Order: sequence, then structure tokens, then C-alpha cells
Amino acid sequence: MSLPFLLEIGTEEIPDWMIPGALESLHGQLEGLGIAARMVATPRRLTARAEGLPERLPDTEERVTGPRRTAPEKAVEGFARKQGVAPAELSIEGEYYTHLRKTAGRRMIEVLADSLPGIILKIAFPKTMYWTGKTGPRFIRPIRWIVALLGADVIPFELAGVQSGNETSGHRRLGSAHIPVTIGNYEQTLRDNFVILSATERRKKIEDGIAALSVRLKPDPPLLETLVYLTEYPTPIVGEFDPKFLKLPKEVLITVMRHHQKYFSVEDESGRLAPQFVAVMNTDADHEGLVRQGNERVLHARFNDARFFWQTDQRKKLADRVDDLANVTFQAELGSYLQKTRRVADLVQDLGGNEHARRAACLAKCDLTTELVKEFTELQGVVGGLYAKAQGEPEEVWRAIREQYKPENMEDSIPGTRAGQLVSLADRFDTLRGCFRIGLVPSGSRDPLGLRRAAQGAVRILVEGKLSRQSVKLLTDIVHTQLKEFLEDRVKFYFRDVRGFAYDEVNAAMASGWSDLPDLEARLLRLREIRPTPNFEPLAASFKRIKNILRQAEFSGEPFNPALLEPGPEHELFAEINRTAGQPIEDRIGALRPKVDLFFDKVLVNAPDPAVRANRLAMLHNLLEQFRTFADFSEIVTNS
Amino acid sequence: MQSFQEIIFKLKAYWAQRGCIIQEPYDVEVGAGTMCPETFLRVLGPKPYRVAYVQPSRRPADGRYGENPNRLYKHSQLQVILKPSPDDAIEQYLGSLEAVGIDLTQHDIKFEEDNWEAPTLGAWGVGWQVMLDGLEITQFTYFQQCGGIDLDVVPAELTYGLERLAAFLQVKDSVYDIEWAPGFTYGDVRLQDELQFSVYNFEMAEVETLWKLFALYEGEAARLLALYPKSSQEATQKARFPLLPAYDQVLKCSNLFNTLDSRGAISVTERVGVIQRVRKLAVGVAHAWADQQGAAQ
Repeated sequence: MSLPFLLEIGTEEIPDWMIPGALESLHGQLEGLGIAARMVATPRRLTARAEGLPERLPDTEERVTGPRRTAPEKAVEGFARKQGVAPAELSIEGEYYTHLRKTAGRRMIEVLADSLPGIILKIAFPKTMYWTGKTGPRFIRPIRWIVALLGADVIPFELAGVQSGNETSGHRRLGSAHIPVTIGNYEQTLRDNFVILSATERRKKIEDGIAALSVRLKPDPPLLETLVYLTEYPTPIVGEFDPKFLKLPKEVLITVMRHHQKYFSVEDESGRLAPQFVAVMNTDADHEGLVRQGNERVLHARFNDARFFWQTDQRKKLADRVDDLANVTFQAELGSYLQKTRRVADLVQDLGGNEHARRAACLAKCDLTTELVKEFTELQGVVGGLYAKAQGEPEEVWRAIREQYKPENMEDSIPGTRAGQLVSLADRFDTLRGCFRIGLVPSGSRDPLGLRRAAQGAVRILVEGKLSRQSVKLLTDIVHTQLKEFLEDRVKFYFRDVRGFAYDEVNAAMASGWSDLPDLEARLLRLREIRPTPNFEPLAASFKRIKNILRQAEFSGEPFNPALLEPGPEHELFAEINRTAGQPIEDRIGALRPKVDLFFDKVLVNAPDPAVRANRLAMLHNLLEQFRTFADFSEIVTNS
Repeated sequence: MQSFQEIIFKLKAYWAQRGCIIQEPYDVEVGAGTMCPETFLRVLGPKPYRVAYVQPSRRPADGRYGENPNRLYKHSQLQVILKPSPDDAIEQYLGSLEAVGIDLTQHDIKFEEDNWEAPTLGAWGVGWQVMLDGLEITQFTYFQQCGGIDLDVVPAELTYGLERLAAFLQVKDSVYDIEWAPGFTYGDVRLQDELQFSVYNFEMAEVETLWKLFALYEGEAARLLALYPKSSQEATQKARFPLLPAYDQVLKCSNLFNTLDSRGAISVTERVGVIQRVRKLAVGVAHAWADQQGAAQ
């Protein structure tokens, strides 16, 4: 007989962003019990359901070996007693008494009762708490009820003082508590109590609800996901705000709505911000419009604050705030933002930044002292750019300030202006150098200062901004070995994982240097083109062979003397090397490959005459050298 | 319409019915209700405790000269400590909202993750900000650590922002328009405080004097802590040892730090160090207090 299974862990509100991970973790652990569960959750419950569980695990048999046939009777009796059988029931296998011990498979309900408490407590959360006392269990939030059913039976266990049972809880205000359920009516019972169990269905309810409001939303999938896991019975409503606030920059308005209030912003037909918003309630309806009014008033107050900050901030120009940066800590050991600003401005100058880039570098961090950024930290840079524009700074300056934190992630674009690129680069390198100098080095998953992201952004700016000279300057100046290795890793990561070059191509091209990243990119692109051509891999294999030969021979740079060459394949190779010297490698590969093959086929490098031998090594060495500025082909993994 | 004080009366009555001692505000300046001994010290150790009090909370840097309708130098928190936290802590909390006339079937309530941390107190907990129709009205925290000590028993801490709650209930756009008592607005009662303390904190506080005071209070707290009996033989001396006065000195330091900070007088290099100095004292008092309570049992 096969049985359905239901586990619902009822909790206080779990942070929305942790829920999908928790479900995955629980799913994985149930798989360990052979249960392929379907997972679903709301903020107050993590639920696993499955069908077809056996009532019992299969019976098992084990042959237990006892005393030798020749053992005294007492020993045999003792063994039989221990196995719970009469001595006559023992069998003899070879020289020994044995017993075939049969164990009936355990009942599934017992297996689950034993393992579920441990499984639940092992669900991985980024942060946990205790609530029953210092030695009590840890979970993301207090567990308040547990439904655990196998077929019609409760799987009995206790966890954190909660006894498992068959009673669930509905929506906090609209539903009942302590509602008995069966596996069959569980989801419908929840629905009757204003809990939509399925995240997919909640998402659809939000989307359909918004569609019915006939407003145009700015699409915001992450916000939608947050709201799906912040509600058990989501219902969107539309609210309005005073159009006078549209005079504030839309970035500020959107940030207030999205980050502080979790509202969707609304667009008019031309794509401009409309004086409306969509909030998603965790309830069925706003019968008297109180929720809408409440949200409108909150937003009004928030916008008023923002306007107040904006106006206050205008009293002191960004340019007059530079000295105030002395009071803003960058990092305890690395000093203030004023010191950082000076270093970054100097670096921008060293990188060839023009007057606008230098000006942007000087003003870049000044918005950290403004009320608006203190209130909306996520708007740093953007606010600086807006203020600089309002205060009459040239476009290249305000755009550079505004874009200084770009790219913020892998999907984001790099700063659009040269000045912005240089400021962003200088800022990032200043942070990296400083942090590595004082030992703040990322390790494993620990990277609290986001140095990997900073470095990744710098690599992208250098490559995508085609900043060869700056790249060479920044990457050859590095004295710190750990930082050099860290950046090397970031460059590899960028070209392999972001750009999709094969790892051996990246190794080969980087072996020829990686301080000029735009040049590295160009070489990789060419290498990618050459690689599938028929002569390439055989030649690469030969290069690997040459490298090995040179290493084994401990070649130490003896001069090459053409006069010592023998006619035939050796001379032909030399002639071909000479003939093609200076040509693009794309052309040389096809020409050289047959000559190299022939050479290895017919010529013995390890000639008896030491002078001839050394000369052959020197010629091969020169050949490798001619390709060295492009890539080290011996790094290419070939099939041969 | 319920006045500001009626809302407070109702909340106090509600929590009194649920076994809370109703305390008066602590009479030393604090930045938050959590810092009062009734919370900071009482959450330590295994003894159950339930208390509720309104605490004027001073945040010098938040002062706006009485010009901003939502920002205050000194706002009022209703602080509730339920130790240990009951299983139905959230339900009890929701009941308190109904007690002040909020019909929860007509409103939207959400519990959004918000973990609380006070580095100067060595204290943190996990919990939520409670959103009522998009307005944050309460911070709900399960304390985990205080004074650097893992708590034996986990208390639930509810911190209501009373001005916000009153503005919501009275439908006022400015805190200054809240009716405090019939015939008196919040502005009548508090506007002078806001203006004068903003002027003092931002413009006129004498930095040198504040630093001197800081050093004096710090010295006194440190002196006392150094005298706390270490040996378990000295049970009587321990029991009468003045840790509560020592903690008052720490609170003074904390408020002076906040004032110096709003005055723009704390440089980068100093800032982290000063926080550490206050934290060291707070942690010292907490450890001694835990020891003192343990010795008394």
C-alpha cells in the first residue's frame, strides 16, 4: 500500500528572500529519505507533499556468523540465545554456525517520526535564532505548529515544544487557527482560510489584480517575487500621490516607492512616471479605502521628507562639501573619504584624466554628506550626479559622478563617459590596493567589502572601455602579490565565465601577458578564430613538444647560427620561419605546420654534435619566442 | 478622536492586563527605550520579567528645528518586554492594535524582516518591522544577545513609535498637529524642545566641555567597574555593589557621544574608538550585572 505524505512547518513570518532556499534545502533532505517531495511555501509555512510512500520499508536479511562447528555446546547455545532461536534452528555454513537474521522493514511512519525533527532543524538559513532558551533549537523564526501526516495518520514527534498534529493555521486576520486538515483537503482548507499556498498562484493573483487596475507598471520582477513571499493572500491596490512631487528626480521617487514602501511605480503612455503607485496588500480587499489612504499618506510623508532633504542639500554646493568628507569614514585604517578623494583624484590624473574627470573625482563622494544620501544610501552617486547637474557642473562631470558605481553587477553597463570610466576605475583600484595593504583580503565566501565585485567591474571597464594604456599602468604597478593573484583570477573569471572563452585559451593568451586587457581580449578573439582551423592544434601540440624539449635540455639561450644548419627539413623550417616572420599568425600557422612536422619527423634534435644540438634548440627557441607575444600555444589542450 | 495620551493610556492598560509592570520613563537621557536598565539589564539572566513603559528617546542628529513634520530630536517609544516571549507574542501584539481602535480586518498588516542591532550595547536580535498600511509602526525583536552575553531566556521586545501611531490614528500629516490632550497639540507641548535642542546640538554645544564630561562619566563608570568584587567569597559586597549607578554613567557617555556626533565633532579616527569605549563599559556592566544576579540566587 502506498501512502501520501504532508509536512507543514508553521512558523512566524520568514524573511521572503530566504524562503526559496529553505524549500530547496528541505527538498534535498527529504530526498535522502527517498521522498521526492513537491515544495511550496508562504511566509508562515514551509510545506512538502509527496505520494507513493511505502507503509513499510522492505524487510532485510543478514547472515550472522557464530562459533566454529567444533566449538563447545555452551558457546553454540549462547549464540543461539543471542539470536533468539533454538540451537537446532541454526544452520551451518562451511566451518561455522550461522543464523539468517530477518528484520522486518520499519514502518514508514516511525522512520519519519524519528528523522523529521532532525531534518527540519537542518534546513539551511542564512541566519537563525533561538527562542525557547539558550540551549534550545535554532530556526529562522519560531516554529508554532507542525502538520505531519502519512495517509490518514499523524506522524508523531515533538520539536521545540511543538507536538506535530493535523491542525494548520489560516491567514492571521481572515482565517482561523487550529484547523484540522487531511492531506486531501489541505490546500482547499487553507484557501477557505485566505491562504493561497502556491507561490505561482499568488504571483498570478498579483499580476491579474494589477491588470484589472488598468495602470501601466514599470516591470519589476524582483519586487514581484518579494511580494509573492511576503503575502499569503495578495491583493494589489492602486494609490495616487500629489503630482507636485514629480518635480523631484524620478530616481528618488522610484527609490522611495520601491525600496522603502515596496510599491510598483506607474508609467503614463509616454513612459514617464505617473503620480500613482501599486501596493500589494496581504488581505482580501480594501473595502473602505482605508489601506489606500494609509499608504498614500505614508508616501506623501516620505516624499515630503525627500523634498525637504533635497531643498536642504541645495543650501551647500557639492564643491563646498569636499572638506566635510574628513568626517566620513571610508575604512578605519584607510582614513576618511577626504583622503580617499585625494588619492582617487591623483590616480585619475595619472591615468590621463582630463579636467572634467579630475573635477568629477574631486566631487564624486561629496553626496555622502547630503541628507538625501544619508536617508537613501542606495542613491549615492545618482544624487551626486543630480546635484552636480543642478549646480551647473558640465555634463561630462555630472555624468561621471552619477555613473561612478557602474557597473553595479554583471548585467549593468560600464560608465558611458571616459571621465566616468576613469573615476570608477580609480575608485576601485584605490579600494583594492588599500584593503589588500591592510590585510582585508576576501577568502572563500567572505567578502564583506565586495572586493570581488569591485575588481570585476574594473576588469570590465578596462576591457570594454578599451583602456589599454590605463590597463598597463594599473596592472603593472601592482606590488602586492596577493592582489596580483586576485586580479589575475578576476581576469580569468571574466574571460572564461562571462565571455565564454575556453579555459586553455585564456591560459595560453594570459601566459603572454595580461597587463593590457584590451590587447588580451583581441588576442583571445583571434585565438578563438584560429583554433578550429585544421593546422592549429597539431602545431600547438608541436609547440608543447618544443617546450618540453627545451626544458629537458636545460636550454640556456645559446646563440643561433644559421651556418650550422643542415640542408633539408632543418633548413626548410628555418627558411619558412624567416619567410613568414612578421606576418599575422593566422597566415603563419598553415605555412609552418608542415615544416615543423617534417622537422620532427626527419631531424634528430639531440644531435651527437653538441654545437649542432645547441643550434637546433636555439632555432626552436626563437620560433617559440616569435609567438610568445600572442599566446603560449603549449597551454592549449590538444587531443593528440 | 483619541488623544495622544489616551492612546498611551490604552496601550499601558492593555499590557498591564497581560501581566506587565507599568514603569515610568527612565530619568537619564537615552537614545532608545532598549537602553533603559528595565530592558538592558533585566533581559539578562533567567528571571522572567514583563514590563512596559513610555521612553522619550533622544537622537540629537535627527533634530530638525521643529521644521520637518516627521523628524524629531526626541520621540516617544512605548517599550514592552515580555520575558520569556510567549508563544502567542504576535497575537498579543496584534491585540494591542485593536485595543487602540484599529480594526485589523480593514487594514493591511505585514511583518517585514528587520534585524535589530546596537553595537554600542553589544546587543542584537532578529525580528520584523511591523507595517500597517505601509507605515512602520512597531519594531518587533526577539533578543538574542545583550551586553555581549547570549541570553538565557529570549525576550520579545516591542517598540511602538507613538508619534507615528498617533498621527495614523488621528489622520495628521504633521506630528506637531497631533492632539496630545484636548486643547493641546503635540507642537504646544514639544515644539520648543525640538527647536532649542536642535540649536544646542547642532550649533551651540561646546565641544570641549562635552568631551570633558564624556571623560568624567567614562572615568567614573570605569572606576566603579574596576572595583566590582571578583571573588565569589564576597557575596555581600557583590549584592550591594552599585552597578546601576555605574550604568547611568554609561548612558551619559552614550548621549554625549550622540551629541558630539551631531555637532560634527567626532573625527573619523575617533569615531570607531569612541563607540568601542562606550561598548566596553556597557559590556562590562552587563557581565558584572549577570554575575551579581547569579550570586544573589
